[in-house]
Amino acid sequence: MEAATQTQPRGGVSQRTRSERRLGWMLCAPAVIAMLAVTAYPIGYAIVLSVQQIDIRFPEEGGFVGFDNYSAVLSSDLWWTDLFNTLFITVISVSIELVLGMAIALVMYRAIFGRGVVRTSVLIPYGIITVVAAFAWQFAFAPDSGFVNHLPLIADDKDWFGDRFSAFAVIIMAEVWKTTPFMALILLAGMVTIDDGLYEAAKVDGASAVQRFFRITLPLMKPAILVALLFRTLDAFRVFDTIFIMTAGAQDTESVSILGFNQLISRLNLGLGSAVSVLIFLCVLVIAFLYVRGFGTRLQEGRPGS
Amino acid sequence: MERGGRQYALWSIAITVVLIFALIPVIWLISLSLKPPDAVADGRFIPKDISFENYESLFTGGIDESPFIKPLINSVGIALIATVISIVLASFAAYAIARLDFPGKALILAGALAIAMFPPISTVGPLFDMWTSLGLYDTWPGLIIPYLTFSLPLAIYTLVAFFREIPWDLEQAAQVDGATPFQAFTKVIVPLAAPGVFTAAILVFIFAWNDFLFAISLTSSDASRTVPAALAFFTGESSFTQPTGSIAAAAVVVTVPIIIFVLFFQRRIVAGLTAGAVKG
Repeated sequence: MEAATQTQPRGGVSQRTRSERRLGWMLCAPAVIAMLAVTAYPIGYAIVLSVQQIDIRFPEEGGFVGFDNYSAVLSSDLWWTDLFNTLFITVISVSIELVLGMAIALVMYRAIFGRGVVRTSVLIPYGIITVVAAFAWQFAFAPDSGFVNHLPLIADDKDWFGDRFSAFAVIIMAEVWKTTPFMALILLAGMVTIDDGLYEAAKVDGASAVQRFFRITLPLMKPAILVALLFRTLDAFRVFDTIFIMTAGAQDTESVSILGFNQLISRLNLGLGSAVSVLIFLCVLVIAFLYVRGFGTRLQEGRPGS
Repeated sequence: MERGGRQYALWSIAITVVLIFALIPVIWLISLSLKPPDAVADGRFIPKDISFENYESLFTGGIDESPFIKPLINSVGIALIATVISIVLASFAAYAIARLDFPGKALILAGALAIAMFPPISTVGPLFDMWTSLGLYDTWPGLIIPYLTFSLPLAIYTLVAFFREIPWDLEQAAQVDGATPFQAFTKVIVPLAAPGVFTAAILVFIFAWNDFLFAISLTSSDASRTVPAALAFFTGESSFTQPTGSIAAAAVVVTVPIIIFVLFFQRRIVAGLTAGAVKG
């Protein structure tokens, strides 16, 4: 680390080192306070709310109820259905994104021509508001006004949002469309760090393009792949905008974030809603823990800013 | 090298597929927005007749009547203010992390990473309750504060990556010449860091511009409702017309400038999106 060269020997902390430390803390303090104020404090507050009966519509009733809210949520079918939906959407969309993102990254990396065109076009979904993209796909698949049902091989009267799994298909497609660019760019960044000499050497040894991909590209890209997967998995787990616009949770397509929103904002049941919030937070912790546990050392290598 | 015509054709197909996939929703929205209201439901991908009625309906009635002008002002204003504050705070922190030696650095980076993974829905309830009692519900600061917080990790990581690339010697030279660490920061590093700061600002702006969850949870009127939230509440001109045309027109208005901007600065955006994530 560059800065380390400046430090004086331990023990005799010089004036200069001390002022450098103070400046470091001072410069970081505003950002740290801003981050804690809107995350750590509210999650603590959410825990407090979640063990009380708080319904804004009935301010008189209330008080400490212990884990009643949690048992109410965990014993309801709705929570488990929504958790299944969220995990289903997460797993399917992240898997498709990984394959598609890898394909696009390869096109950008290996293209003989048109690299710029591909990079330009993948940035378009990134620049579009998720809600706008959700509307675009919703209108496209709408049975009356959409163009999809006029395509060959598709029934003219197919009601995409009238059935749970066809609605999932459209939701997942919109999610994949919107977030594959991020995946592709992260994977490309990992791909370009691989030494070209390795490919040349493998070629000389007679390795085919497929062998080179599976024996060189994939193993060396593991850190980049894991970072991209971790970020996209946690991001996909929060899925809210697309579902809210497309089905608002109809046909059993609700995600856990929509459930939390409905309890908190639509029904103003802060106690029950906060229990849902805390449970979502715990799910995210578990997912992050599994990733770090499963791929710990690999993740270290590719962790942002490490 | 086997660079035959066949390979050329294969690449052309691959590139065309990517291009079509990326562009279809945008062309479809533009097409919908240009259809006259009675043809919006005709299901044609390319409009038969072109009309600007949908755009006119967005802006008729001026600032008080239009369902779109106020949300547009809110979106631009809130995203810009959140971006400026976030970038200022993140620049200070990123400078300290990239350049100074102090205990707690790793903890701050780990904390920022944790917040990048934090589910925003978990803060919505408490913020709703806090903002109601603090009088921040349905105000600009009520949205600026969460946007600022949730964009800080992105900004800090991007800026740290950029700041580490800046020639360190120049700053030391300035300090040898008698500049304090603070002067070295403002006089030497800031001009060198400007491109990185600009890149981080684009990413933060797009993040705030894109948000929907906080926008519908913490607002209740045009006083602070942003475009994504307003779109969800759009209604037709009368209760008999579908708002599809107006939503499409509004979507085009908020999408096209950003796409042009993104394409214009694409090198920076790609560098910014990947800088924090993969570089060691």
